[in-house]
Amino acid sequence: MMKTLVVLSLLLTAGGALAQGGEGLIECFTAQDAPNDAGGGIDLVWTLSLDAVPPDSIVLERKDGDGGWHSIAALAPLSGRKTDNELENGVEYSYRLVPYYGGIAQEPSAEVSAVPGKQWIHSGRVGMLVILTLICIIIMYFIEQGKRGKELFIRRIAGLTAVEDAVGRATEMGRPVLYIPGIMDMDDIQTIASMVILGRVAARTAEYGSPLVVPTCRSVVMSVAQEVVKASYIQAGRPDAFIKENISYLTDDQFGYAAGVDGIMVRERPAAIFMLGTFYAESLILAETGRSVGAIQIAGTAMPSQIPFFVAACDYTLIGEELFAASAYLSKEPKLLGSLRGQDVAKLFFMVVITLGVIAATVGEAWEPAARVAEFLRTITNVE
Amino acid sequence: MRLAIPLTITFVAGMIMILQFFVPATQSLGESLQEWYMIVASFAIFLGAMNLITVHVHKIRFRAKNWKYSPVTIAGFAAMVLTGLFMGIETGRPFDFMFTTMMVPMGATMFSLLAFFVASAAFRAFRASNWRATLLLASAFIVMLGRVPIGSMIWNRIPLVSEWIMQVPNLAGQRAVMIGAAMGMVATSLRMIFGIERSYLGGTD
Repeated sequence: MMKTLVVLSLLLTAGGALAQGGEGLIECFTAQDAPNDAGGGIDLVWTLSLDAVPPDSIVLERKDGDGGWHSIAALAPLSGRKTDNELENGVEYSYRLVPYYGGIAQEPSAEVSAVPGKQWIHSGRVGMLVILTLICIIIMYFIEQGKRGKELFIRRIAGLTAVEDAVGRATEMGRPVLYIPGIMDMDDIQTIASMVILGRVAARTAEYGSPLVVPTCRSVVMSVAQEVVKASYIQAGRPDAFIKENISYLTDDQFGYAAGVDGIMVRERPAAIFMLGTFYAESLILAETGRSVGAIQIAGTAMPSQIPFFVAACDYTLIGEELFAASAYLSKEPKLLGSLRGQDVAKLFFMVVITLGVIAATVGEAWEPAARVAEFLRTITNVE
Repeated sequence: MRLAIPLTITFVAGMIMILQFFVPATQSLGESLQEWYMIVASFAIFLGAMNLITVHVHKIRFRAKNWKYSPVTIAGFAAMVLTGLFMGIETGRPFDFMFTTMMVPMGATMFSLLAFFVASAAFRAFRASNWRATLLLASAFIVMLGRVPIGSMIWNRIPLVSEWIMQVPNLAGQRAVMIGAAMGMVATSLRMIFGIERSYLGGTD
């Protein structure tokens, strides 16, 4: 008797829902141009009535040019959102939702329309654009100051001061200098910074007459490294000392590369090892092997998780920003030093913003205007 | 002229990549540039392969130091390339067999070495030679203790202290490094886009 009542009750509920159809079931079905895109997208959003039984599925339909409807997606009933992409900009598109119960289509929802278009400013990145422009102005200002010959104080970076000593040591011991530019490709800014430093190190090895060995993990990095080292040797007046085979490609495989470089370290026993660029799990394998062969090691990376390994295993470590400062520091060129100064001032700006944000958020718990300041800072520093 | 063309290409490509981040309407330009890079990088794979062969053939030919390793490298390279090209790379083929039974275990072996290297590096780093090293030792000890069941058995608040060390002082330090590095990236990019840094092109002239 009880079972019969439950079944009857379910049938009645389902029957109510069936009779309701898309019009009553789907509330607030809207279509609008997808924000912050290059065009071709329409965002569709809907909610289901809380009073109705959710359908088994919902089919989203788009109206064709000839006025007929065709299905573009079958969606889970509670998904509530779908973006229709790859549409033609400036053309109006119409949509409707068809709920399905037990494989039977019900009355569709009301029709909604929108026109896709491209946006010229990403609204979620305006704050960052303003901050980036400010930083650029600060850095360019100090570069200009450097060009004009203004004396700029740059703090001593031990790891970079040791570059000369490391190359000198290798020359005295008659052993090569090993330069490892990380395991990423040339589209990584740390690899680019590493190539710039490689040019400076190559100039020193050319001057002192030490062999420079550069094993690479990517073919493009190998090509760039060959050109950079060659240019440095030519500039140092030692083109004859440049050995193309010393700048070689090993493998794209992370641990294959680590094994190859470890082999070079053990066989060649370099007196100085530079590890500058992007490193992952292989960082400690390389640094500990380098240490075991008695080389002076200078490492540098902006990967926060790898810095402790380098600090533990290397003689000198360039931490984060110091990697990017290396080229300017080694060259002593006023305009490059100016950019370093600008970089430091920009960092000071961020320190002020962070401090202000912390104070505003804390005071804001009790005082509304401070909360608004905190919210403003949160908005301009947030990037979508 | 030798510098003008690469500098112009760097400037245009750099500006497009900045622009496409802030102006959605220009995203297709940025995507095209990235596709071009992929095409160039694909061709460079042949350069890499040629370099590998050239270097090792050169070593064998002139009986350079440790030349005996070179035939092994060339044989391994040839075996992988030829079996992959002529017999396919599907499961069960010789290429797949060599990859799963040789390449993968060898990679795993190298990764496993990390455990021993971590131990030796930790032994050096955690020696309580001064107050900072002692602080590091104490922090590491608490963090490690907080991550194993015995930590909470000793005192139920050890996992909380461990989490606090990781989430407050450690995270603050990591974020400081990341902010500094981001500033460095911006400055390096500006120097290259505006042609102030030219050493990678072979000089400052």
